[in-house]
Amino acid sequence: MSLERRLLIEQGGPGHRGPALPACDVPVRPLAELLRGARLRTALEFPQVSEPEVVRHFIELSVLNHHIDRGFYPLGSCTMKHNPKINDELASLPGIALAHPLAGDDASQGALRIIHDLSRTLAEITGFAAVTTQPAAGAQGEAVGLMMIRAWHRARGEGERRRKVLVPDSAHGTNPASVHLVGYETVTVASGSEATVDLHALRAALDDSVAAIMLTVPNTLGLFEPEILEVTRLAHEAGAQAYLDGANLNALVGLARPGDLGFDLMHINVHKTFSTPHGGGGPGAGPVAVAAHLEPFLPVPVVTEHGDRLRWDHDRPRSVGRVHSFYGNFGILARALAYILTHGESGLSRVSRTAILNANYLMRRLMASYDLPHEAHCMHEFVLSGRGLRKHGVKTLDVAKRLLDFGVHAPTVYFPLIVEEALMIEPTETETLDRLDHFAAAMERIAREARESPKILQDAPTTTPNSRLDEARAARELKLRWSVPGREASVAAARSAERQTIGRP
Amino acid sequence: MSFVGLSDSEEQRMLRAIGVGSFEELLAAVPKQARLQKPLAIDGPLSEIELRRRFGGNARANAAESAVSFLGGGIYDHYIPSALNALAMRSEFATAYTPYQPEVAQGTLTAIFEFQSLIAELTGCDVANASLYDGATAAVEAALMARSQTGRARVVAAGAIHPHVLQVLTTYLDGRDLTLVAERGGQVAAEDLEAALGPDTACVLYQHPNFFGLLESPQTLHKLAHDAGALVIAHCDPIALALLEPPGATGADIVVGEGQCLGNSPSFGGPLLGYFACRASLVRRMPGRLAAETVDRHGRRGFVLTLQTREQHIRREKATSNICTNQGLLALRATIYMGLLGREGMREVAELCVQKTHHAALLAAAIPGYRLPYDGPFFREFVLECPADAAAIARAGIERGILPGVDLGRFRPEWRRRLLVAVTEQRSASEIERWADVLRAAGGKG
Repeated sequence: MSLERRLLIEQGGPGHRGPALPACDVPVRPLAELLRGARLRTALEFPQVSEPEVVRHFIELSVLNHHIDRGFYPLGSCTMKHNPKINDELASLPGIALAHPLAGDDASQGALRIIHDLSRTLAEITGFAAVTTQPAAGAQGEAVGLMMIRAWHRARGEGERRRKVLVPDSAHGTNPASVHLVGYETVTVASGSEATVDLHALRAALDDSVAAIMLTVPNTLGLFEPEILEVTRLAHEAGAQAYLDGANLNALVGLARPGDLGFDLMHINVHKTFSTPHGGGGPGAGPVAVAAHLEPFLPVPVVTEHGDRLRWDHDRPRSVGRVHSFYGNFGILARALAYILTHGESGLSRVSRTAILNANYLMRRLMASYDLPHEAHCMHEFVLSGRGLRKHGVKTLDVAKRLLDFGVHAPTVYFPLIVEEALMIEPTETETLDRLDHFAAAMERIAREARESPKILQDAPTTTPNSRLDEARAARELKLRWSVPGREASVAAARSAERQTIGRP
Repeated sequence: MSFVGLSDSEEQRMLRAIGVGSFEELLAAVPKQARLQKPLAIDGPLSEIELRRRFGGNARANAAESAVSFLGGGIYDHYIPSALNALAMRSEFATAYTPYQPEVAQGTLTAIFEFQSLIAELTGCDVANASLYDGATAAVEAALMARSQTGRARVVAAGAIHPHVLQVLTTYLDGRDLTLVAERGGQVAAEDLEAALGPDTACVLYQHPNFFGLLESPQTLHKLAHDAGALVIAHCDPIALALLEPPGATGADIVVGEGQCLGNSPSFGGPLLGYFACRASLVRRMPGRLAAETVDRHGRRGFVLTLQTREQHIRREKATSNICTNQGLLALRATIYMGLLGREGMREVAELCVQKTHHAALLAAAIPGYRLPYDGPFFREFVLECPADAAAIARAGIERGILPGVDLGRFRPEWRRRLLVAVTEQRSASEIERWADVLRAAGGKG
């Protein structure tokens, strides 16, 4: 019988200590004298555990996770591909991991070189003039891109008039959320019957109050916009800017460049296309690449070349300002550069080619078992619908949970919103044919089970560390932190005091 | 090269199964003129051996490769226990996605729950989230939350707040509705803050310990802000909070800060770890992900992401924030760090910082030409007024293998003779002595 899983606070006790610290080797003076007047805390109710207890705890936790090194991860729009191991080692070199952001430019030439090399390389890959590495993730890149668009319109005297951003109904949720964050208004544009941009709807929505259109290419159904050149032309004709959500860049890398498609700027999710480890939710990085006319508005500072030396340039009067504490997620950016250099030009075009091949292979095989709402060839991902299973009392969620029993992760589900019971599948280029076949076989078996014994799906998963978890209960009870053993009473008292102060101010 | 494992015959088989004669047919929707016209002009492909050579050269071009650091200003050189790296670099944590399928993500979700618990305890707040990008954007999110909670517009930033935090706040607030209250003698003066408050004030933001390393008087600031009907945002260093009275316990409504110091490398300023904690009544306005305890169908305890209706993937333009990807792996590292150090270790690190920082300050103040411009109590760093330009002292230090402090002249020309010096538990008495030698030599030249 195994031990019940316990939280760190439920283990150890007085006398359990982690790694020792050195004795103080300078003359020790009373804290009350050094921190005179300061109020110190009376208690810190942290765990008291030994190093072996901490190691066991986190190893026990780790094996409960699915992860890309273990198995297939077909999350649409997330690009969960192999994470090359050398990239982590390079980012951990002492001269890189210990580099301090305020050491001064002379003491940081290596770090500046990495940022400079990556910026130039990303500009070349995307077909733009310049790059900022500051945004820490794609969503921040979106917000920063919109700030630059706002600054550009203001510089042209159109800041007051242009307040709307057109966003297709198939867009990621971050798009409208970022639009709102910068004070713009989202106008949702319905997709056409082929799930791509409807040019009539676009023309009708474009007027002189539109600041920008935000598009994902290929879109979230994995479809390339066949009229993309016309779409960006129409946007420009109306005086708007064209923003590309780069979440799906894996389909384009080495094949087509967003700058050549008529876009003015884009963000790049390096934790997707350029394979930096996702870390269970982050960190990623969201550099933004811009065409020449937007370059003056890039966040400060910007790396500039002076002979063979690199410097941070802070003197950029038209900049939107700073958006990160320092220069962005440098350790992640270094990994992305290593990834790109490993591939070179020839390797990168193999990335998009194989990603597209893998997705089409799975799509054609699985359309026999699931509804395929749009039959055109896809790019790097595709969307199935589980609506045909409804008559058996089975939902897309049940398919997702059953997949977990086969050692593969579920696809993205219930997104995009324009497909009911959506299953959004992105295999990436690093999956081999036998892995694709294993996934397809699992999906086919699940479709069969849905018809013949739906209860298997409704009860799934059964082989995972936990069975299905009660999300409604979690939201109702809202237990967001552990209880310190022996301190429940005081927490309850604090909660009750809290309730009395709600509403103030 | 690439990480593709696919033979020509496999590709042919796949194309046949798809029902096309060639790969090109799959690209029918991509206009010819939209295709790449000439090969990308980028370096590579490089083998691992070549990559090591190139990045090794970059690493050696940074002083950090060998120098002893007295740099702070938001990023600190604390010791990272070996067990932390061994655990956090495991694939199971590093290569997992966001835990959207909780049945196969209990490792990540449990760790997030533990992170939230530790941060809530440290800050004295009821709840904490799963992380934000960094300390600066955490301050932005807090200010935006305070504005939406109070329906008031103005954000008052009081005292010596990190200039970069103020710059990021200025960018996001778009220049409007931000009032700065200058420090006096390095700290916030109560009368200055009081004069800046009004019925339109949504919140007061202060940093504790502040940018100069000085402690503020949280209780006084909390009372002034609350009397004006404003919320309080405390921007705090988490190592300092192991020692100081937690601001949440004396009325701060939101506590945010930079968690790099909790077991994460400086890494040239990123990735960082924004943390965000607040009172329970604000939980539905919080930005970012939250893990909550629940049970599975067998009644066994487990954890899930909760209140996702606050988030962009559900609520779109009505979300409380646009954040999606956060700093999960750094939050995990912070969780392991706080676990390994534990109740006693966290306090000991903080105390060592105080002792060593004060020892260094005392040494420096005794060197002719150097002085400490501020009287207030300080925690892990202090401002040192130098007899020469700080930039020159920094250059001289690097020649001796010492990064003697942050040249504050980079922030304001009138601070050009000021060094901001940080001393962590890693610095030995002899390293501090070598640092003082740098000051003596450079001061003599000045």
